[in-house]
Amino acid sequence: MSRHATTGPALFDRAILLNAMRDAAVKLDPRKLMRNPVIFVTEVVAAFVTLLWLRELAQGTGTPGFSGQIAAWLWFTVLFANFAEAVAEGRGKAQAASLRQARSDVQAKRLLDPDSDDGRYERVNAQTLERGDVVLVEAGDLIPLDGEIIAGVAAINEAAITGESAPVIREAGGDRSAVTGGTTVLSDAIRVRISTAPGETFIDRMIALVEGAERQKTPNELALSVLLSGMTLIFLIAVVTLWGLAGYSGTEVSVVVLVALLVTLIPTTIGGLLSAIGIAGMDRLIRFNVIATSGRAVEAAGDVDTLLLDKTGTITFGNRMATEFVALEGVTTTELAQAGLLASMGDDTPEGRSIVALAKAEFDLQEQEVPGAVLVPFAAQTRISGLDIDGRAIRKGAVDSVLRFAGIAADRAPADFRQAVDRIARTGGTPLAVADGRRLLGVIHLKDVIKPAIRERFAALRAMGIRTVMVTGDNPVTAAAIASEAGVDDFIAEATPEDKLAYIRREQTGGRLIAMCGDGTNDAPALAQADVGVAMQTGTQAAREAGNMVDLDSSPTKLIEIVEIGKQLLMTRGSLTTFSIANDVAKYFAILPALFIATYPEMSALNLMHLGSPESAILSAVIFNALIIIALIPLALRGVAYRPVGAAALLRRNLTVYGLGGLILPFVGIKVIDLAVTALHLA
Amino acid sequence: MSFVGWLQIAATLGLVLAAVRPLGRFMAKLFLGQRTFLHPVLSPVERGFYRAAGIDPEQEQTWFGYAMAMLIFSAMGFLSLYAILRLQGFLPLNPGALPGVAPDLAFNTAISFLTNTNWQSYSGETTMSHFSQMAGLTVHNFLSAATGIALAMAVTRAFARSGVATLGNFWVDMTRAALYVLLPLSVVVALALVAFGVPQTLSNAVDATTLEGARQTIALGPVASQEAIKQLGTNGGGFFNANSAHPFENPSALSNILAIWAMLVVSAALPITFGRMVGSERQGWALLSAMAILLILGAALVYWAEARGNPLITALGVDTGLGNMEGKEVRFGQAMSALFVAVTTGLSCGAVNTMHDSLTPLGGLVPMVLIQLGEVLPGGTGSGLYGMVVFCVLAVFVAGLMVGRTPEFLGKKIEAREIRMAVLAVLILPLVILGFTAVAAVLPAALSSLNNAGPHGFSELLYAYSSAAGNNGSAFAGLNANTPWFNTTLGIAMVLGRFAYVLPVMAMAGSLAAKPRGQASSGSLPTTTFLFVGLLVGVILILGGLQFFPALALGPIVEEVLMHTSATF
Repeated sequence: MSRHATTGPALFDRAILLNAMRDAAVKLDPRKLMRNPVIFVTEVVAAFVTLLWLRELAQGTGTPGFSGQIAAWLWFTVLFANFAEAVAEGRGKAQAASLRQARSDVQAKRLLDPDSDDGRYERVNAQTLERGDVVLVEAGDLIPLDGEIIAGVAAINEAAITGESAPVIREAGGDRSAVTGGTTVLSDAIRVRISTAPGETFIDRMIALVEGAERQKTPNELALSVLLSGMTLIFLIAVVTLWGLAGYSGTEVSVVVLVALLVTLIPTTIGGLLSAIGIAGMDRLIRFNVIATSGRAVEAAGDVDTLLLDKTGTITFGNRMATEFVALEGVTTTELAQAGLLASMGDDTPEGRSIVALAKAEFDLQEQEVPGAVLVPFAAQTRISGLDIDGRAIRKGAVDSVLRFAGIAADRAPADFRQAVDRIARTGGTPLAVADGRRLLGVIHLKDVIKPAIRERFAALRAMGIRTVMVTGDNPVTAAAIASEAGVDDFIAEATPEDKLAYIRREQTGGRLIAMCGDGTNDAPALAQADVGVAMQTGTQAAREAGNMVDLDSSPTKLIEIVEIGKQLLMTRGSLTTFSIANDVAKYFAILPALFIATYPEMSALNLMHLGSPESAILSAVIFNALIIIALIPLALRGVAYRPVGAAALLRRNLTVYGLGGLILPFVGIKVIDLAVTALHLA
Repeated sequence: MSFVGWLQIAATLGLVLAAVRPLGRFMAKLFLGQRTFLHPVLSPVERGFYRAAGIDPEQEQTWFGYAMAMLIFSAMGFLSLYAILRLQGFLPLNPGALPGVAPDLAFNTAISFLTNTNWQSYSGETTMSHFSQMAGLTVHNFLSAATGIALAMAVTRAFARSGVATLGNFWVDMTRAALYVLLPLSVVVALALVAFGVPQTLSNAVDATTLEGARQTIALGPVASQEAIKQLGTNGGGFFNANSAHPFENPSALSNILAIWAMLVVSAALPITFGRMVGSERQGWALLSAMAILLILGAALVYWAEARGNPLITALGVDTGLGNMEGKEVRFGQAMSALFVAVTTGLSCGAVNTMHDSLTPLGGLVPMVLIQLGEVLPGGTGSGLYGMVVFCVLAVFVAGLMVGRTPEFLGKKIEAREIRMAVLAVLILPLVILGFTAVAAVLPAALSSLNNAGPHGFSELLYAYSSAAGNNGSAFAGLNANTPWFNTTLGIAMVLGRFAYVLPVMAMAGSLAAKPRGQASSGSLPTTTFLFVGLLVGVILILGGLQFFPALALGPIVEEVLMHTSATF
């Protein structure tokens, strides 16, 4: 599996941190903070306590030392939340900056008469181009905007978007015709029909996405915000009414303390980290060289029930390889391997090379220069290759071709030969016959080799509750054999794009979410229909627009990683929410006794943590509440580790760590802070 | 605490458990529209009702249509009950020649019975005529419980169905709940009660001469029939002021067991109905387990606190070997009194066989908490189930994310709209309970109703509003609630607790019904495991209970602490 180079900046880059500190202050603007109700409420009450503090200072009443510290920590709470978001955004911004270089003012050569061969053009600024314009791009030029090659072939450096410096070939017609604005043509000249308006190109979208400029709350984020706002409202009710409830027993509750209680109870931890988690999820995807066109797609990836995987490149290496020599009666296996090796010297196809490799590896044979030998190279028409030496004619190739060469009728072939051929075909392999003149030597077993460890990978997916479906153009017999060997749950043999689309629709009707990847124009409908459609960067423009993610590495295995990243994002969100809510229990036990102790000294029975004084208890709870945001930023950015162990085990683990941990940790944390606060005589 | 006491509790709950599966399955069949063994007798009656009312039973309603039908039905019920109470003096079956009920009390009582609360600011035997009891209150005991069941079935269908707009027909569900479930059960229970010695007569009070030669008036009436539905429908409004502590409502230990059984049986069976209808009876058992854990915990805590007795009384040299017996009936004992306390508050029933005001502070804390948790343990008939579903939705939403999928419950995705509605619903109880208590706590007009000072008086206030908003109806007593302030505000609290809660729940149900039902895989959050039950309990305690902690701290908690320092109020 290609665990791809994580090219982004380190988790905490110095420059990013410095920028983030500045941004955290800028984000205090209440108009921006409105988007985050929990932190917005915190800011409003922080401002309120600050006013109370100023009044106490001016009038010389109350305890300004205490109020001032509470106010300061409330502001810190807001700043820490802003900082978390700014750090997450900063990592994307660094990436966007490098992308932007590729978009600097480009001159384009617009053809005056695109319909003829006439090559006259005018130089215009790329920003003035319109959809449908045809431009000429020659070696050394930047491609001005996204488009489709309508004539020519070129080698193109796409490093600007993929980070991969090896050039790719793009040509008119077929599935390799799309070109991306900002990439460089290295050789030849092509005519490109512009397909996007300036400002809407792939690179523009990428910049907007990694910067988070267009970031909108995803459906689940929105739902979680509703819950967090609701909880804020509930605790607002609890705290505001406390004023009246306490009034019954004549307890004068200080407003500063009530505010402290409110802020510690409302879910500031998850409220402060929520958007950072979302941005970090997108960022993780970008580090895997996948661009999602919306956060919604990342969430959907976590929900995927069925993966449609192309056989070639994902499940198998894509080339048939020799795995076995089956010698006929009276022939030694070494003799057969030797003949196979010689006959394959003229075959440069991957199959031919794999025969040579197998012979060398298993029989310790050497490829040697044979003087006077005449190579018969492999040709698609004859489907046979070999070598003539000393009057011997050694051949290997498709069974019927070799039989014809040896002059043997198919039904006259030896029984053990026919049995070997049958067995190989039945198990999904391809038999190749080897003959020395008119004498049949044996059969070579070519088969689609399954990638190592893919079976375990699928088992892991099954444990996650995800079905894998192999899509292949092979016939059903071959497909079934490979499917059972690779351990996929289902397969679509002789698959056409229509079959894929039909399969996806059928699964969706059953209430399942489907992910697939594809690159061709004929994949576009299926990509659009799938809940998560990953288009290959090498694919056509149509495919890239139909999918909701683009894989810059064009690796079909990526789908599995994408699913994991989606799950990780959701898990991080859920775990921190659980943690945040569980924290409330300890905070109550810190603040409530402190609140009522003046009226009911016996309330100290509830002071389970034996905190120093009422003031230090309240201050410690507020400090803990602020610091926990900072402490959890690395977790929010890195994400909670996902393990494919099934939902029940995951729930048990996360509930223990974040639920039980969230219940216990603040008791310890507040106690420690209280010791420090008391030792420093802060309260 | 004694072994025999625990045995009594276990045996009573065992009897409920035995009835839960058959009753749950019966109701599932009934509300899925299948034939039951009662159909040969009752279906002609049922069809007669529809013909008379011009209802097409095949016509299904959207969530909005369903909710509107329920609201209209409730409004009509309110008007007719209010009229009966006000005009009582002119109506028949009034052997005591009782006058019409005062406006604020009639308002409070009408709402109280309509919302399945049965808060009683009056003494039944001296305020209500037989006609008011039978044609007014008892009718609503049936209808409010049937309405609750109907709403719960609508919410159940939201999960059972896939991609539809309708949730069933309110009139049909309500009629079936009353006719096939509550009525037959009531007949059986009422006959059993008569056998245990509960009076059932239309004659007036009997005058007796006591041994001292004094004259005593002994109130009588159609007690058994009202008692049966009072328990079965989790209504709780007693024929007598002393409610189930009165020897004519609850004469013996056996009738007490029957009373507890009848309170629990329908609410405990409904989760099984839910499970059957959504195609996973296990799910029903999981919900019932969560309810049972908290309920049994509550009962155990009351039993422990009460059996421990009051240290202040022990200090006076009184033998408290039996525990704190103040306000309890000797014929029930500590264990069955404790179980009754927990069940009647976990259930939103509100019948009492023990004076809650006389419980020790900790013992009094439990019923208050059980009500504030949202009346879902297992809650009122129907209302407990849909309340529990709301908590499931919230639990699944928070925890579901932790398995790396967007949350879903029974294959239905939980998204912003569902969460908005669930939050609106759970917002109601703290808003109403804490809001009204906070105002009453500083309002001289309200405070003058209190019999006790200090935290105990505060507990009485908090309990009253919790009971009203939770549609429980039991009282902490010690509070003269028959004043315009309390009659009005408690009435409003009851209305909000019932209707402001259920409307968002119905909206949530409508949106869930319209969603396709996904299939569960090993990647989905398991919602039938013990782990989920534990999670659900945690969510109920934290999301449902935590906001009441400050208020409780000022009432029973501080009182408990103070009791150990010899302070009394």
